[in-house]
Amino acid sequence: MVQRTYEQAEKRLEEIVNELQKGGKTLDESVKLFEEGALLSDFCLQALKNAEQKITRLGETNADEAQV
Amino acid sequence: MNLPSITVSQLNTYVKKLFDTDLMFASVIISGEISNYSPHYKTGHLYFTLKDASSSLKAVMFAGQARRLRFQPENGMHVFAMGRVSVFERDGVYQLYVNELIPDGEGALTAAFRQLKQRLEEKGLFDPAHKKALPAYPKKIGIITSPGSAALQDMLNILGRRYPLAEIVLAGVTVQGQTAPLEMIGALRAFNERTDVDVLILGRGGGSAEDLWCFNDEGLAWAVYESHIPVISAVGHETDFTICDFVSDVRAPTPSAAAELAVPDAADLLRRIKTLSDGLNTAYMQKINAVRSQLRMLFAQRDFSDPGRFFVPDKLKIESLRLQLAAQTEKTMQQKRLQLEKNVTALEKLNPLRVLLRGYAMVETDAGVVQSVDALHIGETVWISLHDGSLTAQIREIKRRENDGPTHL
Repeated sequence: MVQRTYEQAEKRLEEIVNELQKGGKTLDESVKLFEEGALLSDFCLQALKNAEQKITRLGETNADEAQV
Repeated sequence: MNLPSITVSQLNTYVKKLFDTDLMFASVIISGEISNYSPHYKTGHLYFTLKDASSSLKAVMFAGQARRLRFQPENGMHVFAMGRVSVFERDGVYQLYVNELIPDGEGALTAAFRQLKQRLEEKGLFDPAHKKALPAYPKKIGIITSPGSAALQDMLNILGRRYPLAEIVLAGVTVQGQTAPLEMIGALRAFNERTDVDVLILGRGGGSAEDLWCFNDEGLAWAVYESHIPVISAVGHETDFTICDFVSDVRAPTPSAAAELAVPDAADLLRRIKTLSDGLNTAYMQKINAVRSQLRMLFAQRDFSDPGRFFVPDKLKIESLRLQLAAQTEKTMQQKRLQLEKNVTALEKLNPLRVLLRGYAMVETDAGVVQSVDALHIGETVWISLHDGSLTAQIREIKRRENDGPTHL
């Protein structure tokens, strides 16, 4: 899956659910949408469950982990 | 005329000397209302008049002392003025040389706060239209506060628990004292030079009004106003209000509350994703079921295109025909059965054995059952059947009945 933010993923998932609920899709389209939606919901769940807070100091590059 | 006299200057000098040697005048506190307030824009000295209901007194506060004032004196303000009374020789007037001014009724800080707030409000710094919305899902959060403070730890705990997806960028600054405003302004500007931080929290934990005073700095207020990144102010406790709170995009009552405002709660998001995921599955299953029933319909339609379909529409008729056939068959069978039984009964009556039972006998030869004496010769062997057995006999005599009438048994 392309690199995307949590926000984008959630937004797209919502679109997909709305699209599917609206109906009028071919079976092929529905299957594709469902697969994309399933990946997105997995991505969101994983992101929320596995995220670890990252802290840097202003002026440092992101690679340097700040000691707080 | 040569009268003994002294000059104006001599008199004023003498009077001034009298004032200056009087300890009463060396240190006084005068209570009164400020009027004719006129700060000198070049020198920074403040000139004004202190008055009460019936009298007035000229006063001056030199720039050195005036700079330390935290509030702006204004006409009509009741103050305590501390200083010494002396004479201004050039004009021959005595006046109060003010070292310090204290507002009467409200504290100096309160007055300063009120004045700055009013000034900034007039300049539009608190305009709700200027306030920026907070991002729903911040990717990076800038925190401007004292490093190692409890307030920072509280914020990090809450941010980490609620929304660990957001990266924290920390700007450690001092949050009280003279240098604090400049440090905070520097951090605000540094964050604004970046493009990756999408919300800022500026604040500190609780403290005295003096401790929090640096958040009432005008320069800081402008820096917050000019920030293109939304700023959440989080200064002290719920009851503390600073200029920063008014100019910021969102005011949080405490640093912890700011952390909660800054990010969504992952628990809510999890629930939301689960709901969406359920919705996805349901909608998908509906689609699959719809396709499945469509397929069934198609199959049914294919049957219709079959030549045999002409029979299909009138299934009921077929069924009824079938039932009729079955009923008819049953009826026929029944008739046959009755016929058969009748035949069997008739047959039974014709059974020769039944005749033998009544005492008759049947005579047979090789040629079959003997019906006439003419079919026999003397000495021929015949078989006689009775009802319970048979006999073998030889013909010894043949008597033919002469009258060939009907046989009577």
